[in-house]
Amino acid sequence: MLIKNSPDIKPSEITNESHYLNRRSLLQSAGFMAGGLLLPSFFGHQKAEASVTLESYPNLKASHFSTDEKITTYDNATSYCNFYEFGTGKSDPSQYASKVKPKKWAVTVAGACDKPGQYTLEDILKPHALEERIYRLRCVETWSMVVPWVGFPLVDLLKRFQPNSRAKYVRFETLHDPDLMPGQNRNTLDWPYVEGLHIDEATNPLALVTIGMYGKELPMQNGAPIRLVIPWKYGFKSIKSIVKIEFVEKQPKTSWNLSAPREYGFYANVNPTVSHPRWSQSKERRLGAWGKQKTLPFNGYADQVAHLYKGMDLKKYF
Amino acid sequence: MLKVAIFLLSLTPAGWLAWLTLNDQLGANPVEMLTHQSGLWALRLLLITLAITPLCTLSGWHAPRRLRRMLGLYAFFYALLHLLIYLILDRGLYFADIWEDIIERPYITVGFATFLLLLPLAITSNNYMMKRMGRAWKTLHQLVYLCGLGGVLHYMWLVKADLLNPGGYLFIFLLLMLLRFKPFTTLIRRR
Repeated sequence: MLIKNSPDIKPSEITNESHYLNRRSLLQSAGFMAGGLLLPSFFGHQKAEASVTLESYPNLKASHFSTDEKITTYDNATSYCNFYEFGTGKSDPSQYASKVKPKKWAVTVAGACDKPGQYTLEDILKPHALEERIYRLRCVETWSMVVPWVGFPLVDLLKRFQPNSRAKYVRFETLHDPDLMPGQNRNTLDWPYVEGLHIDEATNPLALVTIGMYGKELPMQNGAPIRLVIPWKYGFKSIKSIVKIEFVEKQPKTSWNLSAPREYGFYANVNPTVSHPRWSQSKERRLGAWGKQKTLPFNGYADQVAHLYKGMDLKKYF
Repeated sequence: MLKVAIFLLSLTPAGWLAWLTLNDQLGANPVEMLTHQSGLWALRLLLITLAITPLCTLSGWHAPRRLRRMLGLYAFFYALLHLLIYLILDRGLYFADIWEDIIERPYITVGFATFLLLLPLAITSNNYMMKRMGRAWKTLHQLVYLCGLGGVLHYMWLVKADLLNPGGYLFIFLLLMLLRFKPFTTLIRRR
């Protein structure tokens, strides 16, 4: 399937930086959120309104990893989100984050590597050619979507920091800023959000550093300005709004695993035969659809990743 | 007059859901939206039903007592809607999946049991059965307290991490139970 990007963009049309973070209006909406929690949340979903302008990426490389399945609508993919930093309701992130655009961003690189330090977003992105990858994303809650992401392979980024032999795992951290992210004022999870991958997983060509979707910059509710997309794992592994990358020797303690170890494993590979205590994982429902479809092992990416887990008991290491 | 108003008011959530469905306004996950909303309204109406008695005792205004049966039946109506949406739309009447849910997932076990408890209450909510059953009717209908607890637990065990909303419903339920104890209500009324 072809993804139509908006026609070629002239430099004059590219947005200036006038629509940046407005803390006051954000704090007000945080107040509304707290007051509205016990009121009937009855009025359907709120559409994510484009109150910030998202830059387009023309000239994206196509990828042979892309699926030709029907793409989820932009509205659905950006209005129905799990991003507890902005609240636990599905529409909270689009409601509270869509007016936010992070202005300056830096990523700290630390741990077992030869090039640690603070990197600005520009430093991080500069050498990489952007490509578009249409991936399936399967949430542990049994819904799924098909999204054209914009990014580049994680392995290409990690190599630049020259990890050494003690780098067995990579640990990622989301921004912790309760002023910006009102959901962090409550201890629904132990902030900051932490996720991690084994180095062999992180260097698999499917693992994607993502900065955009649908040919444009990521909206804040989808993890702007920089996130991971790990398509063969449940969605919570695809950490959003990353501020820290650390090479570590031991398996990192990750947020959902700490919150409920019986329900969320470290690996969290999509697996229709291992049920979540609250959901069977054998089927899934695409956003926008009424019916269900079968869930595939490794979310349909077994050919690319199954070898990573050879000989492992996936019922034990779920 | 009061009764007609409450009758229509209790019907509005169902009408609103029907309107959203017909106009394709249920959002990204329509089945989840219908499931959650019908379930929430079942629980809300059940708690409203349970609030009538303490409200009348405390205020001395006894007119709302006549609304109890209707509100209780509405709670059942939304619970039935909730169950049907789950069985048909969510599980596609695939009974192997449904059975697995009922045995393996505590929140569904409790939800299903709560519906089974509501069923005899709804069936006997008419004058004929009240007369026929005599004293047994009152005993049977004390099950409604268990239904309230079941509904709240069903909600609590469904939630992943954020217990604020179901916790609010649990608090209201416990408060309504507390307000049924005479020493407690006389204490409040004396003030």
